[in-house]
Amino acid sequence: MRLIRHPVTAVIAFLLMAAAVALDAGEPAPGKSAPAGMVSVPAGIYRPLFRGPDDLREVPVKALWLEEAPVTNTDFLEFVRQNPQWRRSRVARLFADSGYLRHWAGDLDPGPGATDLQPVVDVSWFAAKAYATWKGRRLLTTAEWELAASIGPDHRAGTNDPGFLRAIQHWYVTPTPAVLPVVKTRRPNLDGVHDLHGLIWEWTADFNSALVSGDARGDTGLDRQLFCGAGSLGATDRSNFPAFMRFGFRSSLKASYTLPNLGFRCALDVPVTPVASVTLTPSPAP
Amino acid sequence: MVCTQDDANASITDRGAIPDTQPDVKTMMSFPESGRPALAALLALTLAIPFAAPSFAADPPNPSLAKGPNAKGTDPEVQGEEKAVLTHAPFVPPPLTRKHPTKVTVEIEVKEVVRQLADGVEYLFWTFGGEVPGMFIRVRENDLVEFHLKNHPSSKMPHNIDLHAVTGPGGGAASSFTAPGHESQFSFKAINPGLYIYHCATAPVPMHVANGMYGLILVEPKEGLPPVDREFYVVQGDIYTAGKFGEEGLQPFDQDKAMDERPSYVVFNGAVNSLVGDNALKARVGETVRIFFGNGGPNLTSSFHVIGEIFDRVYQEGGILANQRQVQTTLVPAGGSAMVEFKLEVPGTFILVDHALFRAFNKGALGMLKVEGPENLLVYSGKEVDAVYLGSQADANAGSDNRVASLQAQVKQAIAADPKIAGLTKEVQMEKGKRVYMQTCFACHQPTGLGLTGVFPPLAKSDFLMADKDRAIRGIIKGQSGPMTVNTKTYNGVMPPVALNDDQVANVLTYVRNTWGNAGDPVTVEDVRRARAESAH
Repeated sequence: MRLIRHPVTAVIAFLLMAAAVALDAGEPAPGKSAPAGMVSVPAGIYRPLFRGPDDLREVPVKALWLEEAPVTNTDFLEFVRQNPQWRRSRVARLFADSGYLRHWAGDLDPGPGATDLQPVVDVSWFAAKAYATWKGRRLLTTAEWELAASIGPDHRAGTNDPGFLRAIQHWYVTPTPAVLPVVKTRRPNLDGVHDLHGLIWEWTADFNSALVSGDARGDTGLDRQLFCGAGSLGATDRSNFPAFMRFGFRSSLKASYTLPNLGFRCALDVPVTPVASVTLTPSPAP
Repeated sequence: MVCTQDDANASITDRGAIPDTQPDVKTMMSFPESGRPALAALLALTLAIPFAAPSFAADPPNPSLAKGPNAKGTDPEVQGEEKAVLTHAPFVPPPLTRKHPTKVTVEIEVKEVVRQLADGVEYLFWTFGGEVPGMFIRVRENDLVEFHLKNHPSSKMPHNIDLHAVTGPGGGAASSFTAPGHESQFSFKAINPGLYIYHCATAPVPMHVANGMYGLILVEPKEGLPPVDREFYVVQGDIYTAGKFGEEGLQPFDQDKAMDERPSYVVFNGAVNSLVGDNALKARVGETVRIFFGNGGPNLTSSFHVIGEIFDRVYQEGGILANQRQVQTTLVPAGGSAMVEFKLEVPGTFILVDHALFRAFNKGALGMLKVEGPENLLVYSGKEVDAVYLGSQADANAGSDNRVASLQAQVKQAIAADPKIAGLTKEVQMEKGKRVYMQTCFACHQPTGLGLTGVFPPLAKSDFLMADKDRAIRGIIKGQSGPMTVNTKTYNGVMPPVALNDDQVANVLTYVRNTWGNAGDPVTVEDVRRARAESAH
């Protein structure tokens, strides 16, 4: 997804990245397991759906701790309690549009329209990011999100499992239920992560970066990548409609937007034991 | 340039997002705080540059860098303003009588709605205006069109619109790209008269189109179109459902069939029967009609034909030149249109078809134009002679057909009277119900009916299910939430209402109430109707 225009830069980046992989191959610090409510997601390789001719085909993603479910109304209530500037009546319009927490009864009262265990929705990217920071965590990158979401409940390579893809797509083509279901009512994926599919959309830290493509941005980069005819030329897997839909969806967002089916979850880097020496040999990865 | 409050906010917001995001990326690429060799720190610093910089140093990745509505200046030719009259198919807004261009505001709301595709078959359509095709837009050549696209908050997808009538990149697509619960505005000058398809162009584009996101916009030439007595709006589309034609229930989109161009349905105006029976187009003898015909595709080309009529004039491919006369069948490409005009000389029902005939008779591409009025026997006589023709056959078979028919009627009566046959209907119900279950219910309640302990209550040997038939019916049609005890375990989840028709509810309940160790009487369609009527109060 990232644009590296000059071949030399690309080579350097590749070497550096290989080094990064070597560094990160350090064992997770002994005795440290994921905090409560989070699960370990192993490192992997993310293959971006949209890619310019010079972009990396494979992006290594480090192991991380991931919240096993989206942030709920209960979680978010605690956040706004402690951070008055994020209450509905006080939030700056710059950071959240007028739909912010519209389904809550009041500033500190989710009310009947937002039960405890429903994922919180109608939150902007800024709000999600502030929550994550307050929690000492961070939002996932799109690469991390997509990689975690590619793991199925039965097969690690979920994208090779037609049943898994069909189930995902099914959510995209069924109406939004009148009452949003609560979190963790569906089978988790093999890493124990719930609700990456089938419940809500989720913000990612770099939700808008898929648009950085081709040349410096005029107003046509998006046309080439996401609209009509030529749209699919840059895509690596043209048959992965669910991924197309996610990229289409993310591209329509601005950081202040709030949507009735858009929430988020947080992640944490896994602390690693330092490695004594570093070798600059390319890893076998990509 | 004057910016509205919203515009200003939007652009500031976007720029605000950029530096703010950067630390995240650095965090991702950074290293533990302690015990790291200097080399690593150096690497971290170097890494942050190639990784963070290209992505975030570029201009904000915002498709609609809004210029504001006033940036375009004023058009000296345009006088006054008005709101466009929009119509659902098969209706067409009235002809424009203005003699000058004006500023026309068009407002269309995108909604994702479940609609009937055929009897007992439902589909989640993505629509411009709540129906398929989208609303008919009629403007005049050189009008300045201010387009407002609203995406309903309940939408799952972002949407946009590419109007083939627009001269400009993407036909308005980038400028109208709109997230759920938001609205976009852009303007264009309708400099090219003709009949144009519009459609959604959001990724994956073919799927948005296959789900019904298309309609027609007429840019009426300055001099107007020749007057006719009636105008109709018909758009063909191919639809790809997981189930075969006629398979009941809420059918999901089938990507494989779409890519193989094997539609389950080919229909006019978004549904089988949308132009049949009471919905037929109606006209009178002596009238001249014009059909604005579009083809949304996404895949098939239409061979548009009206059985029993000849098009007096065809504006091929939706241009403004009536370039062909006396046409039997006109070819309309996907993403294209045609205008056809013909005078009705005789009464009767005229059938609109895609003359690729399996589509018409097996996939739904069939509509009706009912014409009333006096006969004109000179033009069409009706049947004048009805006589027996035996050819070389002897008359040995005379009367045989009647005797066979009579015996077959007796067989039917005997079958209906047999209690054993009545018992078999329950089994048919269960078999059909199993199909519904495996499409709709199994994901939560599991193929075994055992559910998931603590999350999804079991249906197998379920005391809760078997205790109250009406409650079970209501659970499906109204949804089920709040605490409940099933086989001594407490559940407190939410089951949303399930979009099934009465037959399907009856069948699936008969199935689950007679499977996995359950035994109960059949649930009938009447049971479901009654429960629906009662719970409607």
